[in-house]
Amino acid sequence: MTYIPHSTQERDAMLAAIGVEKIEDLFDAIPAKYRFPAINIRPALVEMEAAALLGEIAASNESTRDLVSFLGAGVYNHYIPSVVNHIISRGEFYTAYTPYQPEISQGTLQAIFEYQSLICALTGMEVSNASHYDGATATAEAVNMAYANFRGKRRKIVISPTVHPQYRETIRTYTQGMELELAGDDSSVDMEAAPETLGALVDGDTALLIVQYPDFFGRIFDYTQLIASAHAQGALVCVVVNPTALALFKTPGAMGADIVVGEGQPLGIPMWFGGPHLGFFTTKKSYVHKMAGRVIGETRDSRGQKSYVLTLTAREQHIKRERATSNICTNQGLLALASAVYLAVVGKSGLKQVANLCYQKAHYAAEQLSKIDGFELCYSQPFFHEFTLRCPQPAAEINAHLLDHGILGGYDLGQDYPELADHLLIAVTEMNSKEEIDLLVETLQEASHD
Amino acid sequence: MNTPENLKYTKTDEWFDPQTGKVGLTDYAQSQLSDIVFLEVLAIVGETLTAEKPVASVESVKAAGEVYLPVAGEIVAINDAPIQKPELLNTDPYNEGWILQVHATSVPDLMDAAAYIAYCATREH
Repeated sequence: MTYIPHSTQERDAMLAAIGVEKIEDLFDAIPAKYRFPAINIRPALVEMEAAALLGEIAASNESTRDLVSFLGAGVYNHYIPSVVNHIISRGEFYTAYTPYQPEISQGTLQAIFEYQSLICALTGMEVSNASHYDGATATAEAVNMAYANFRGKRRKIVISPTVHPQYRETIRTYTQGMELELAGDDSSVDMEAAPETLGALVDGDTALLIVQYPDFFGRIFDYTQLIASAHAQGALVCVVVNPTALALFKTPGAMGADIVVGEGQPLGIPMWFGGPHLGFFTTKKSYVHKMAGRVIGETRDSRGQKSYVLTLTAREQHIKRERATSNICTNQGLLALASAVYLAVVGKSGLKQVANLCYQKAHYAAEQLSKIDGFELCYSQPFFHEFTLRCPQPAAEINAHLLDHGILGGYDLGQDYPELADHLLIAVTEMNSKEEIDLLVETLQEASHD
Repeated sequence: MNTPENLKYTKTDEWFDPQTGKVGLTDYAQSQLSDIVFLEVLAIVGETLTAEKPVASVESVKAAGEVYLPVAGEIVAINDAPIQKPELLNTDPYNEGWILQVHATSVPDLMDAAAYIAYCATREH
């Protein structure tokens, strides 16, 4: 029995309408050899044999448990207190879908409300939604919101070239067919350019300016001036942030940002394979009706008791249909909970301590690495826990050498920025000991003498 | 249901005052929407629009709706009061809760109070 509700005729009609012959053509983007990989497990293994075989296969992976890692570029290796996993694994929370009915879900709703409150405190913003899929999709939702805010009358989005390359790609995917002009990130990146130069592209047709903080290269800028100049053109400004960094530095809210989004993975969520992660989304109260996603509010029930409900739901797509800002209204409930537990456990001073360790260790690493012959730090601006290192050999060769010595090297920037071939983006977190950093330095010294 | 005699009514639940040119949502509409929490006026003062153009958007705690212009004409004023206090659309839909004022150039055949009451009666369920 098939559970696909469409008849063959209906499927053929749909395929004809979009101009492809067969359903397989829709998967052209995936190389054929990866589409249906052969799984070489012989039939009828008993459970014990199957477990042994799968363990053997899994052991061929090299993970950050086995390697010393200096890889970041949007996903970071942080310590996760074990209580995070214990709490999110509780049956009351660990469901396949977030139950929103207030009559039966006060715990879940309160947890999301607390998540929203913590994220607002961290970003310096007034309103947070209940989360999106990840940092990239949250950033794309900022574009949707700005577009809706100006009712489609402003059609230009200015994006800094130092916003995460995959986020920029996601924005382009989300905005296909919207006839928006995306500007600002089409030329090569000038590492010494002040962020204010981007302001020149913001005009009366610009709905949104997007910058990142710290930027993709780990650098910290005060965007206050840039934001003011964008506001002078009537545009909104979105700042994409690393939440850990906000424990140490001025918040984007204090700089005047209208929308602050980011990847919540550093807050108690494993790196996994690059997902599933957590997108957080915050804005000013005056824009709340244009914000996508669910919002939990605190109220009183008929007996006067404090209670939690979904609020402002009429702006969402299941009610407002095609006039809603976005057709996304789900959230990343379990991982939002994980980040709320993480923030509650480490607390305000604990998060500051994590951020400070990242900062200090990264600066120690940068200083040591810059002393090696042929290696050089690429820019003079302040940075948080990630920095760009110019290498004397192609970055891929350097990384291969490091991997031979059990070190997961940095991110090869040439993949996204052709002008930065031979450049590595090195991330250092509280997880990297001084010994590990010294090992990285020694191993690269060998490479420079090869 | 409050349905003033001096006003004209549309099938999409707007009222139009032929004397003043003011436009709003009917008492019937506000009671169907329940507590209104948001009013966004899409029209701009000085704009000339044809009848039935969407000029505002409302959200209540359970529903969302559009407000359409009952007549053709130029928008001459927008009432800030219900934008600041959307509950005025519930509490005083015909006075303080007026949404905008239009200088009508062409008025289509709208319902009078009796016809609107009869029309609403057919929609009760």
